[in-house]
Amino acid sequence: MDFLRFLYKPKNELEKGGRQSAPVTVGEGEITKPCPNCHNQIPLSQLWENAHCCPICDHHFRMTSRQRLHYLVDRDSFTELFEDVRTKDVLSFPGYQKKLETTENACGEKEGVVCGEALINGEPCALFVMEPYFMMGSMGAAVGEKITRLFDYATERGLPVLGFTVSGGARMQEGIISLMQMAKTSGAALRHSQAGLFYAAVLTDPTTGGVTASFAMEGDVILAEPGATIGFAGARVIEQTTRRKLPQGFQKADFLLKHGFVDAIVPRKQQRETLSMLLRMHKGGEGRG
Amino acid sequence: MAKTAIERVRMARANNRPTGKDYIDNLFEGFFELHGDRQFGDDPAIVGGVAFLEGRPVTVVAIEKGHGVRERMSRNFGAPNPEGYRKAMRLMRQAEKFGRPVVCFVDTSGAYCGIEAEERGQGEAIAQSITTMLSLRVPALSLLIGEGGSGGALALAAGDEVWMLENAIYSVISPEGCASILWKDASRAADAAESLRLTAEDALGFGVVERVIPEKELGRESFYQSLKEALSGKITELAALDPDERLQKRAERFRKIGAY
Ligand SMILES: [Zn+2]
Repeated sequence: MDFLRFLYKPKNELEKGGRQSAPVTVGEGEITKPCPNCHNQIPLSQLWENAHCCPICDHHFRMTSRQRLHYLVDRDSFTELFEDVRTKDVLSFPGYQKKLETTENACGEKEGVVCGEALINGEPCALFVMEPYFMMGSMGAAVGEKITRLFDYATERGLPVLGFTVSGGARMQEGIISLMQMAKTSGAALRHSQAGLFYAAVLTDPTTGGVTASFAMEGDVILAEPGATIGFAGARVIEQTTRRKLPQGFQKADFLLKHGFVDAIVPRKQQRETLSMLLRMHKGGEGRG
Repeated sequence: MAKTAIERVRMARANNRPTGKDYIDNLFEGFFELHGDRQFGDDPAIVGGVAFLEGRPVTVVAIEKGHGVRERMSRNFGAPNPEGYRKAMRLMRQAEKFGRPVVCFVDTSGAYCGIEAEERGQGEAIAQSITTMLSLRVPALSLLIGEGGSGGALALAAGDEVWMLENAIYSVISPEGCASILWKDASRAADAAESLRLTAEDALGFGVVERVIPEKELGRESFYQSLKEALSGKITELAALDPDERLQKRAERFRKIGAY
């Protein structure tokens, strides 16, 4: 009955109420967060214990790059790289400098991606994790530069790359410089690939625009988080262009799997195991000439 | 007097502007069109084939908007679908096999935003097209002849050099789109056009293009004649390089944009 599974799977916000199971108990004075899918109030402690997934409906909450690293990498194994790369307001775009300052203060990150080297279940890798709370992971020059440097760093050291994408697309305040980051990062991913090294991309909610049209789609293996929106053009733009109603589940992870653009959908709690296994599987094979 | 950014946008989009096919017909001899991506279909928004440039066989790929309402509709107004980029990739790989240089003409408001385009992987097609161009072992040159709209344009502009017509534009987003997202007001497109720095001079200043082609004689025989000579000269120059050196330079071309 696998084909009926989609009937039961909660579709974000569309399925009001979602499935109900045992109610969560909230300790006195504990901070809660509403689940965007089932609308239950989830205590923060339970969210943290559960890899930021709803304990009731398994909705994958959006989370910061640091939270993701916390769940993913071996304790104390992460060394951050290129953290001082900051963007510049090269175009003197109206309001951009101020936007960067307020974003940095609100988000606590200096740019829309965190890069570093770490172990996952003992397997070494270079990794980048995009930051949804920094201008929705939009790709400006600094994001492009950090990801490019990470691929080059990994190429020099013979390391695999794991990349977690989340992005609203290009950072339009950086105009054409932003667009060129697609070619810059693709070039670095290409050098890494030509060195026979492994790159796995994990697409999280949302991965769109220029990131989808570059390094997100260049992995040897491409994974997606359950329920993630993944696409090139925005759903609203498509609706306006075509004047057609979008099919249910359009641009969701299941849709990409069905159309052959991701290899597998991996729930957050299984990612550590899956990724470390993939890292082991892609260590230099004996068949290489 | 210098033209404003929004005037450039209008000129880049003008109906009477030469399109990809006009360049093909006027710059090359014996163009033989090759159709289809061998996977799904043939995208009329991208025209590709083999031709001679001053006696030298080259592979030509052009995004084609078409002239007149009928043709423009049949060419989807120059908004390519994934199969268009996949056709371009097929022809570029074929060019590599036969050691032919590749010349691309870019003129699009952007890759098509449609349901089926997403189903067939518009993002994947653009990503692969960029990577294909970056890895091509033969010389590859792109000309932005009108609109250079975002990833859909970059997909065919990742070669050794990119040239741009004086009144062409190259932008990450349309000025209208930018204005409506940032200021919730599409009527501020002129401000957005100014802020986005999308003109040929801007692109040249940022090192995004290598050459700006004057438009004084746009569409006339003299225009095509001098462009033909420039193209041919550049290809001779690029072809003289060792492929590894050429690839290295191509990679550096993008590596240095927005480097810190
Ligand atoms: Zn829930």
